[in-house]
Formats: sequence, structure tokens, C-alpha cells
Amino acid sequence: MAGASKAVADSRANLPFVYRQYSAEQLKQVLYKMYLIRRFEEGAEESYMRGLIHGTMHLSIGQEASAMGICMPLGEDDQITSTHRGHGHCIAKGAEVKRMFAEFFGKTTGYCKGRGGSMHIADVAKGNLGANGIVGGGIPIAVGAALSSKMMKTGKVVVSFFGDGANNEGAFHEALNIAAVWKLPVIFVCENNGYGMSTSTARSTAVKNIADRAAAYSMPGVIVNGNIFSEVAEASYKAVERARAGEGPTLIESKTYRHRGHSKSDRNRYRTKEEIEDWMSNRDPITLFENELREFGFIDDKGIEAIRSEVAQEIADGIEFAKASPSPDVSETGNYVYTEQA
Amino acid sequence: MDAMVRELSYAQAIQEAMAIAMEMDERVFLMGEDIGVYGGAFQVTGDLVERFGTERVIDTPISELGGAGVAVGAALTGMRPIFEFQFSDFVTLAMEQIVNQAAKMRFMLGGEVSVPVVMRFPAGSGTGAAAQHSQSLEAWLGHVPGLKVIQPATPYDAKGMLLAAVADPDPVMIFEHKLLYKMKGPVPEGYYTVPIGKADIRREGRDLTIVATSIMVQKALDAAATLEAEGIDVEVVDLRTIRPMDKQTVIDSVKKTSRLMCVYEAVKTLGIGAEVSAMIAESEAFDYLDAPIVRLGGAETPIPYNPELEKATVPQVPDIITAARDLVKGVR
Ligand SMILES: Cc1ncc(C[n+]2csc(CCOP(=O)(O)OP(=O)(O)O)c2C)c(N)n1
Ligand SMILES: [Mg+2]
Repeated sequence: MAGASKAVADSRANLPFVYRQYSAEQLKQVLYKMYLIRRFEEGAEESYMRGLIHGTMHLSIGQEASAMGICMPLGEDDQITSTHRGHGHCIAKGAEVKRMFAEFFGKTTGYCKGRGGSMHIADVAKGNLGANGIVGGGIPIAVGAALSSKMMKTGKVVVSFFGDGANNEGAFHEALNIAAVWKLPVIFVCENNGYGMSTSTARSTAVKNIADRAAAYSMPGVIVNGNIFSEVAEASYKAVERARAGEGPTLIESKTYRHRGHSKSDRNRYRTKEEIEDWMSNRDPITLFENELREFGFIDDKGIEAIRSEVAQEIADGIEFAKASPSPDVSETGNYVYTEQA
Repeated sequence: MDAMVRELSYAQAIQEAMAIAMEMDERVFLMGEDIGVYGGAFQVTGDLVERFGTERVIDTPISELGGAGVAVGAALTGMRPIFEFQFSDFVTLAMEQIVNQAAKMRFMLGGEVSVPVVMRFPAGSGTGAAAQHSQSLEAWLGHVPGLKVIQPATPYDAKGMLLAAVADPDPVMIFEHKLLYKMKGPVPEGYYTVPIGKADIRREGRDLTIVATSIMVQKALDAAATLEAEGIDVEVVDLRTIRPMDKQTVIDSVKKTSRLMCVYEAVKTLGIGAEVSAMIAESEAFDYLDAPIVRLGGAETPIPYNPELEKATVPQVPDIITAARDLVKGVR
């Protein structure tokens, strides 16, 4: 990744990783995308409440730094597998919000042509192999993609995102073991937001940190504050280097929090208002990053304002695009079940 | 029965059945994901955790294979677990313990043990939950000797069949259509059972037998009401149990009406419709048939997200009306 010049780098020597590694332009772009994720989800949420979108959705509001930090060192050819809480991953990997909105509205211009919806959002061209409705479902698939990378010598690194709840599925354990034994270029990213639906990690998981489980599969287990963009990006950067060097997988535990309920309906009976309030007002990842950018002189209030209004415009345009797009015809329900052949 | 009868939703009826089972027998307990303080993904367990405590209403980690297997092991050794899958689709993660273990254990051990486990599966489409949260997989389990597989279609049956399942010494799999949870109907207070393995004639008729399962029973009844106005008299058989199947009720009905249509939400081919049709073709009712048998099932595709496509993928009331009319009038 083209980063900061030598002179600029020296002046930033004492700053956290990303401020040494990336240009001001790149960092502003990160802030833009964090806002894009947040506003996209707020827009989706509102459309859902107004009955424009059906089904269900899982919002990652509060976890934006995690998605952006992990994807920062990835190239366009690198791949990810994502989860039911995958809008942030999708945007971080380069998706266009207008096509995401179109998918949520069930339109043919959506990433899955209206067949998948929120829970299956993907952008294969940009390396996002898809969100997943099955908890843990994407983990072995990422290992398979990493096997392809190794066998086909493409040099691709694969990231598998999953939640804390997923680490109790058999698929997690089997996949980590295979990846370690075969030294595959894959990074396991557990976004630990404290709960799998209503069940806290304390009630579901025998180890204190999910990263502790890396020891069982002889790979590095790294814990980061998932709400601090620089910390996440640094851990991801190292794991990507290790994977590209053929040294095998890493497990990163990104500790974070979801502000919203688990899905559309959630009475939040398993956590306190104070806890939610604390994360929202004291540890919001966008606020934290914005403050750092401002403090280190990468952006001023005017710059932030410009980003916010540009994002608002992109969101508004995206929703319009989705509304104006055509729905699939019911005569086409049979499409894509098998590969079309001439 | 002189117990008080009230209107309950299908979900409330199941919840009441579980509460009664737990009150009657301290070996009965509930396991599943988010069934405690969350009340279950569809609020079926509701606040049972407040009444029975976390020792008997147990939230499992997200571990379907392990969780189902633990229920099987507990059932094998004296307990009476009721295990809730959050969505029936996740049975795919637990197939090993259900198919290779629970179903065969009594047989493999020469009758030395039994596995009185009950598993509940919220199933079906219609909620916009897309391909991995909308399937109807009951026929998969219906294919496995050693399991009993039921699909109650009313609140009354949901309660009575669940209580029958808990009392049953063998593994019983209950498929509950998610769109039925809010359906209301009369449910008596207190304990009663509805037998497993017995179909129910929900509407008598002379011209055509519709064998339906789960949510399709109500759709078939709605279609029958419309067809009645056209002078077509439909008999609706609610299969209720797909293994072991109540063949006699279906055979007798077909002998009476001379026409058979099967309506179910699962993918049409290789499923319940094929089984019922073949069963009739093999029976004495075959000679009574005046027309080819018709199956109306789900399209040969996963369930799509787009709401119009989703609806088009499974039989709807107008589809049943058209197919029934064509069948009775001999249009092919
Ligand atoms: C195999 C499977 N089991 C259960 C579910 C239902 N479910 C969807 S998300 C979820 C919680 C997942 O928790 P976690 O992995 O921590 O991810 P988070 O939702 O917190 O992002 C559950 C139980 C599912 N989709 N797949
Ligand atoms: Mg979680």
C-alpha cells in the first residue's frame, strides 16, 4: 500500500501505527467509509421501519473500526468471508452502497439480484465471498479459499470474519486446525461484541478471551481494541504479512460492541441501558478515530463536515437508485439454481 | 373434556404445553439458543425461564451439534429434554446426532435403551429470511426409521401433540411453521394429548381429497371454501404426522372422493407428495382414482429473498383453487 513519504513519516514517528503507515488522504478515506457504513445501516434501518424492506437485518453500528481496520491492509484481490452482521465488511471491502441498498430492496441491480438480501450480501468482484446466514458457516469456506490461493499460487490472503458466538461451533475448531496444519494464508477475525444474540460470552464460552483458543491450534492469538482503528489495522497488517510469507494463519480477536439489538426486534433484556450508553458515548469507534485525526492534524472540522455531507449525499443517491431499480420477474424464480449452460 | 377452552396462539399453545410438561414431570427441561431471558427467537419459550429457572430453561452456546447431542445423551440416561432449534435450517448442523445416533440407538442396542428426546423446529418461508432460514426439511427426517416426525397445523394440535411427544419413549421431531405462531385457535386448559401417527379430516367432501401438511392445511381450507361456492366439494386431510404416516385415513378418503391432490410447502419432488402418491398407487384406493394424482409443492429452488419471488416459490391459495378446479373438471 502506498503510504506516507519519508519526511512525513519521520514527523509522525511517535504516532500510532496507521498514522505512520498511511497518507492523510487514505486516512480521510477511512473516516469517509466509517461514516458510510454507519449511515448505510441507519438508512437501511429506517427503510425497514417504513416497510420498504422486508425480512430481517443485523446492524454493525459500533463495529465500524473493526471492519475498516481489518480490511485496511488487504488488496483488491484478497478475499473475505463475512457474517449475518456483514454490511460493514462489505463496504470496507469496496462495495457500492447503491447496489447494497438495491439488494435490500430486492431489486435486480442488487449484488445478489434480489435473491439474497441483507443476510447474504456479497460483492464477489471485490473479493467479498458473501455474508452468511449460518453462524460459523463462512469459516471453513475461507480456509478453502486460502487453500485455492496456495494451490493456484495467486498470493491472495483470505480473511474470515465471525462473531464470538461462532467460536462455539464445531466448524470454527475444525477450520482453525486445518488452516494451521496446512499453513494456509488465512486470518480468522473474531469480532467479539460480547454477545451471541442474548448470550454473553461469559455464559457461552469456556475461555476468557477467544484469542486464547489460538493456542490449541498453534497459531498466534492477538487481542485488539476493536473500536480503535489503528490497533485493528496494525494487527491485521502483521497477520497479512505473516500469511503472505507462507507462515500460516493468525487469530485476531477484535473486542467491540454492537449498539443496536441483535436484529430487527430485540428488547435488550440481556444487557443494561448503562452498558449500552457507556459504549455509545465513551467508546464510539468513529468518534475515537475522528478525534485522533483531528488531534494529529490530519483533518479539521471543515474537513469532517465535508465528509459527512458527501456521505449523506451518497446514501440518499443510493436509496433513490434502489427505489428506481426494477424488481425481478416472478417467471425468473428458477434462475441461478444451477449454472446456466449454452 | 370439560376443561375451559380459550383462544390461544399457536406459540402460546406450545408454551403452555411445555409448562404443563415441566410441572408434571421434573425430568422435563428445555434447551436451546436464546430461549431464556430472550424468550426464544419466536418468543415461544417466552418467560418460562422466570417460572422454571435457568436450571430447566437452559441457554446453550451456538453449538447445534453439541447441543442436540447433549439432549440425546440426557434422554438416553433418564431425562426428558425438549430441544429448540432456533430455525429448522440448523438441523443440518446436528444431523449426525439425530440421524446416526438418536434414531438408531434403540435398534443398534437391541432394545436395551430408548431416547425420549423432543426436538422443535421453526420452519418454512414467508418471513423474508431468505434461503438459509426458510426451508421445509421435514421430509429429510421423515426418511429416517427410528424418528417420529410431526407437523401440527393448529394451536390445539400443537399443544396436544407436543404433550404426546414428551410422553413418547422415542425421538419426536416437531416442525412448526413460523407463520403459524401467531395463528389463534381454541385450546383447552390442562393436560390432553393428540395422538402421533393419526391424520385428521379437517373438512369432509365428496369430489376431491386434498392431503395437506402444516400451514398448507389452512390454505387448503381457504381454497375449499371458495371452491364450495363453485359446487366443488373438497375433503381436507391434515396429515399431522409424516412418520409414521396414517395411511388408512388417506386411503379411505381417496376411495370416497376418487381424486387426490397433495399440498405441501417443501420442495415438490422427492418429498411428502411423492410418498403419499406412491402409497395410494400401491393401495386398493388406486382402483378408485378417476384422475391422475396432483402434487402441489414448493418450486425446485432455494427460497429467494425478494418478497414476490418468495411467495411465488410456495403454493398459495389461488394456486390450490386453480389446481383443484382443473383436477375435478378433468383439465390436464
Ligand atoms: C448455525 C446457526 N445457529 C444459530 C443461528 C441464529 N443466530 C444468528 S446470529 C446469532 C448470534 C451470533 O452471535 P455472534 O457469532 O457473536 O455474532 P453477532 O451476532 O454478535 O455479530 C444466532 C444465534 C444461525 N444463524 N446459525
Ligand atoms: Mg457476538
